[in-house]
Amino acid sequence: MTAAHAAPVQPLTLAEKIWEAHVVRRAEGEPDLLYIDMQFIHEVTSAQAFDGLRLAGRTVRRPDLTIATEDHNTPTLDIDKPIADPVSRTQIETLRRNCAEFGVRLHSLGDANQGVVHVIGPQLGLTQPGMTIVCGDSHTSTHGAFGAIAFGIGTSEVEHVLATQTLPLKQFKTMAINVTGSLKPGVTAKDIILAVIAKIGTGGGQGYILEYRGEAIRNLSMEGRMTVCNMSIEAGARAGLIAPDDTTYAYLKDRAHAPQGEDWDAAVAYWSTLHTDEGAKFDAEVTIDADALTPFVTWGTNPGQGAPLGDVVPNPADYADPNARQDVERALEYMGLTAGTPLREIAVDTVFLGSCTNGRLEDLRAAASVLKGRKVAEGVRMLVVPGSARVRLEAEAEGLNEVFEAAGAEWRFAGCSMCLGMNPDQLAPGERSASTSNRNFEGRQGKGGRTHLVSPLVAAATAVTGHLAGPADLPALQEV
Amino acid sequence: MEKFVSHTGTAVPLRRSNVDTDQIIPAVYLKRVTRTGFEDGLFAAWRNDPEFVLNKPERQGATVLVAGPDFGTGSSREHAVWALQNYGFKAVISARFADIFRGNSLKSGLLTVVLPQETIEQIWTAIEADPATEVTVDLEAREVRVGELVAPFEIDDYTRWRLLEGLDDIGLTLRNVETIDEFETTRPSFKPATL
Ligand code: SF4
Repeated sequence: MTAAHAAPVQPLTLAEKIWEAHVVRRAEGEPDLLYIDMQFIHEVTSAQAFDGLRLAGRTVRRPDLTIATEDHNTPTLDIDKPIADPVSRTQIETLRRNCAEFGVRLHSLGDANQGVVHVIGPQLGLTQPGMTIVCGDSHTSTHGAFGAIAFGIGTSEVEHVLATQTLPLKQFKTMAINVTGSLKPGVTAKDIILAVIAKIGTGGGQGYILEYRGEAIRNLSMEGRMTVCNMSIEAGARAGLIAPDDTTYAYLKDRAHAPQGEDWDAAVAYWSTLHTDEGAKFDAEVTIDADALTPFVTWGTNPGQGAPLGDVVPNPADYADPNARQDVERALEYMGLTAGTPLREIAVDTVFLGSCTNGRLEDLRAAASVLKGRKVAEGVRMLVVPGSARVRLEAEAEGLNEVFEAAGAEWRFAGCSMCLGMNPDQLAPGERSASTSNRNFEGRQGKGGRTHLVSPLVAAATAVTGHLAGPADLPALQEV
Repeated sequence: MEKFVSHTGTAVPLRRSNVDTDQIIPAVYLKRVTRTGFEDGLFAAWRNDPEFVLNKPERQGATVLVAGPDFGTGSSREHAVWALQNYGFKAVISARFADIFRGNSLKSGLLTVVLPQETIEQIWTAIEADPATEVTVDLEAREVRVGELVAPFEIDDYTRWRLLEGLDDIGLTLRNVETIDEFETTRPSFKPATL
């Protein structure tokens, strides 16, 4: 830790600072051995890791720096009944057995703290600035919103962290994403990150930790910052982060696991050193002008294939690179779209509001503000899946569920749900969704399903009109 | 982990870029709690198509996958690596791999080799012209050999050594357990704990 507390000798970026503070061992020609402050666990990527421990006769080194929940596979209806699919049930039961055997705290279905792993960490105050956080899930980058290095790992690494609380890692390069100016009304964090990915491409962030900076980022709430950091992986980066500030501290204060009393003061004193030093050098820099952004939607089968809502479906012939042209052709074929069609004319049959990208209270509020007094279009089904059981409770306390239900949307229990279609919440072949999640991959939401990634505001407006739309496209409500 | 020194086998050309791990193995196949049996899920959505390259009779028994750029993007699921291994692949060659997929593969002993796209095109041409063409992935010599073609590749010394020796990462780290103990004594008390 000493290096991080002393005055900086050499100016460092935020990511470098946090990294240096966690190096347990550094040796020539070897990866750094990095200390991990917290590991989140869920049912899909942990069973084989616990098995590995058992086979080798190892224990969990720090169960107190580990927490588990059930999210990917869980149903969003009838959660008080046994899980119908026996294979899903086995996976959940295996997690429960493993957590009991190895002494890991688990928030199971039905518990107020159950939910998507990246929603519950921040909510409990377990995600704090300056930490290193891992989880067997690529959207662990979400936690970077607090000024932490947080990244997804594979199951072998999950086992490694369980056994040693460390990971051998090659240092990342750093990239600054400067988002200048300010967002116009109706334009959100989701639109920023979709625009960033469209600009740098799905491989553009590879090998980098992205640091989001600039006025538009500073003006985002913690929820918005999480949305941005969440999708860093979709640009190929393993992690993305944002320097902590008063917004961060205000969010954390008095959360269940936030430091208390003197510890709080000590923590804030340390956290306020967590920023990129004057004169520190990034390996790459990208600038996005927030003033120029409009609601952004995807038309293709990876998150980089997106465009402003006012655009048309692109023409493969306009792509000079033959590989890119082929990618676009294949995407349009899968998506059942014709070049030149205005994006606003694309009709959907499903709207999914939820996921670790946009399943927090602020997202539900945004969508409800559009749906209030309106109806989901005939023939469109809208699923509202809170990111966590607590988000669901908080939304109900505000009456948001009533707004959704009055509009004709389905109010579900928390989990990953249709974000990845591992439970029964899936698209049928050929069905088309507007989804607030993070991946529009082929078959992601169900075999043959077609996904358009959108913000919660666009999701709600799309549900009302039945085709891709923003709130500004809706006729004003009649005064009563 | 099994040692990887050199491997020779026939190959499958996968002329697609941006093959994400949801394509390699869709989520509905991730419910198993073992490391085996994932071969059924490998490229599941494409396997229905008899024309899909993996279904061709001449590609049966192939052990090297030669893929387009940005292979393994998306989800961190290590099941993608297991599915490839369970199916019988020993090595994957591409111009670019997603970070997490590459890390997972090298930890599980599936060798991922980065070669320039021009070289990949040459290999595609060779293995498409004659499916019996053998591809050698030689980790010791750090080169891929296909007929007359010899293509050197880079891999860092540490990873290469670990794979050549078949060493378990956790065992290696635990050699430094005292250094970890010592580091833990310096952690500030304000850091959160779950218990
Ligand atoms: S909500 Fe979606 S992206 Fe987030 S953890 Fe769940 S499956 Fe992954």
